[in-house]
Amino acid sequence: MDKISNILTFEHGVHPNEYKDFTAQNPIERMPFAEEYVMLLNQHIGAPSKALVKKGDAVKRGQMIAKPGGYVSVGLHSPVDGTVTAMELAENPTGQMVPSIKIKTDPYSSQQLRTDKPKSPEEITAEEFITSIQEAGIVGLGGAAFPAHVKFAIPEGRKCQYIMLNGCECEPFLTADHRVMMEYSDDIIDGAAILHKFIQPEKMFIGIEANKPDAIEVLTEKTAHASFPIEVIPLKVKYPQGAEKMMITAILEKEVPSGKLPLDLDILVSNISTIAAISQWFRQGKPLIERVVTITGTAIARPTNVLVPIGTSMREVVEHCGGITHDAARMLLGGPMMGMVQKSLDTPVVKGTSGLLILTKNEVRDIGEYNCIRCGRCVDACPMFLNPSLLGMMAKKGLWEEMEENHVLDCFECGSCSYVCPSGIPLVQSFRVGKGLIREQKVRDESA
Amino acid sequence: MREKVYVSTSPFLHDKDSTPGIMFEVVYSLIPIVGAAYYFFGLGALLVIISTLSGCLLTEYTFAPSGQKVSSLKDGSALITGLLLALCLPPGFPLWMAFLGGVVAIGMGKLIWGGLGQNVFNPALVGRAFLQAAFPTAITTWSPPDGQYFALRGTNAAFPFFQGINVDAVSSATPLAMMKFEQTTTPTMELLWGSTGGSLGETSAVLFLLAGAYLIFRKIIDWRIPAGILSTVLVFAAIFWFINPEVYPHPLFMLFSGGLMLGTMFMATDLVTSPITPKGIWVYSIGIGFFVVLIRLWGGLPEGVMYAILLMNAATPLINRATKIKPYGY
Repeated sequence: MDKISNILTFEHGVHPNEYKDFTAQNPIERMPFAEEYVMLLNQHIGAPSKALVKKGDAVKRGQMIAKPGGYVSVGLHSPVDGTVTAMELAENPTGQMVPSIKIKTDPYSSQQLRTDKPKSPEEITAEEFITSIQEAGIVGLGGAAFPAHVKFAIPEGRKCQYIMLNGCECEPFLTADHRVMMEYSDDIIDGAAILHKFIQPEKMFIGIEANKPDAIEVLTEKTAHASFPIEVIPLKVKYPQGAEKMMITAILEKEVPSGKLPLDLDILVSNISTIAAISQWFRQGKPLIERVVTITGTAIARPTNVLVPIGTSMREVVEHCGGITHDAARMLLGGPMMGMVQKSLDTPVVKGTSGLLILTKNEVRDIGEYNCIRCGRCVDACPMFLNPSLLGMMAKKGLWEEMEENHVLDCFECGSCSYVCPSGIPLVQSFRVGKGLIREQKVRDESA
Repeated sequence: MREKVYVSTSPFLHDKDSTPGIMFEVVYSLIPIVGAAYYFFGLGALLVIISTLSGCLLTEYTFAPSGQKVSSLKDGSALITGLLLALCLPPGFPLWMAFLGGVVAIGMGKLIWGGLGQNVFNPALVGRAFLQAAFPTAITTWSPPDGQYFALRGTNAAFPFFQGINVDAVSSATPLAMMKFEQTTTPTMELLWGSTGGSLGETSAVLFLLAGAYLIFRKIIDWRIPAGILSTVLVFAAIFWFINPEVYPHPLFMLFSGGLMLGTMFMATDLVTSPITPKGIWVYSIGIGFFVVLIRLWGGLPEGVMYAILLMNAATPLINRATKIKPYGY
């Protein structure tokens, strides 16, 4: 009882069903090599990568095929031995056509990783470390795909007191990070040690939601022998516990000021699988050419955690998991709270793909929309302490300026308000529209 | 999969509670109270309930925007208004007046504001206030709980636009009226079990406490509202009772008499007309408790729950604005 009441968390938030049982205990499966891979040149936040190969070139598994196209950009590597068959536009998961490199797999290759190992972290400087992970193509694997080297490059005059490794995985259904923590725990501890060497924080934390007791146990055991200060912190199972602001509030009881970054509080937060990827780069010489994806949902025949090469067609991954059932009605990239609807399976897995969720008609429930009855459930749910009820009424009337005055720009679109609204009002959906319009207006004002 | 893929934006999960679901929870929690009204006041009570319900539901159906006629009935809010209005009327109330009260409650109390969720005042109390202003005599003519389950009161059947003749041999005053005008108090136990004169819903305080506890447990109503109102009434009344127990009534009498329980559990907690911010809820509920005691002790009326709630309803938009929540990171 004591243990439960003492467990750390933030205020507000919601408790959706977890649905993690589909895949939580399924070990990671390696996806067999596909015949063809589509490597999108901008699958991260920032400038697109610049292609280094042309049609007809032979490429090796792990070879860099596109270099960073600027500072906020990363390298891209071939997931297989094969041949470049086309340089053309391909559809990305948001439905846009973007430049890509198409690679046909060499069916006779042993597919050994052929890249030269980078210099060991023991021999390089902090600057070289940053360039190294940029070249390795490492981005945040939580979903946003923000280049890791930008996050870990501490600007001049700044310091980083705490690093938090985020293993919350608070989205229902997803278990990719959970399995990585179970199966790559040594990589995580090693990656943390590398980060510790270059950033020198006072302390590191690993935050894990309490619904993953096995992961908490494994990592607590491993961290006990670590040569640097690192502690596993179990966090309450509550959505959105994995949002970086909520995690900071839970562990350190600090609020990130509006419009500021965690680094303004001398804190860095990183997804935990990203840390494992850093270790795999330095120790095994493996750039970011594959990632763990949870393929799950009620309409997937065999829900599984799969280690998928980047660039694999979603369709092949789904077929690997037994295909979809006949009553499938909705496909999502990511979790059900913040994920993105897909209209087709013919897009490739990208670095930010944490899960593919296919639901049946039963979950696609339309409760209809009623008037707001001011029950205040959204107010009690909003982790940013906004007033979604009021913002929703403003959005309905198109009062964008008033929405801005009521801090809609602080909304990070976790969807808790829409989740609890008994009247089925599309609250967060209308805030997205409002935020977009407010930002557009700002750009116009600045250019005018 | 071949037929249709649903495309919309996240979130895709939804809590199981819906607005009609919430409304019907309130209706269910009112059933034992309606039962008690029948137990204490007999068939007349049921007839009054049926009259207000027909007034409410017919008005909702007639004046709801076309296309929403059935759906606005299904959301259950008109049902609640009808039940609550009946519960604050006397058992011998002329039925045509009760019907008219239902029409006004929904028409003036809700639809004219724009329907569900848009009104400032609790619709049932708007209906009650209208009836109080229009028919002051009928609404203060109380018949005692007589245990005659099938007895009809002559006044119930009054012809429209007539008051009807009170053919009941006995009529009685409510505990609050006796306190105010005759300086006699009613034993607390009688108040708890409800064997006192009064409106349909001025009976058993115990039943209301149970219904309130159920709604709080189901997270339909906010516990802070009953807590704020009842503790304010208790404390405020206790202060005066300590000063002079000869003149001022016992705080427990204040708590369990009249419509305080009905108002506290079902009307003050109306989601639509109560504040949305945590601080605002305290301001609102303490304000109601304060006005209840104020009106009961020094006002011209024996009972003050209705006006106390309506006053604080009026203040709710202001309270919401004055008690803005501090957003994260400011």
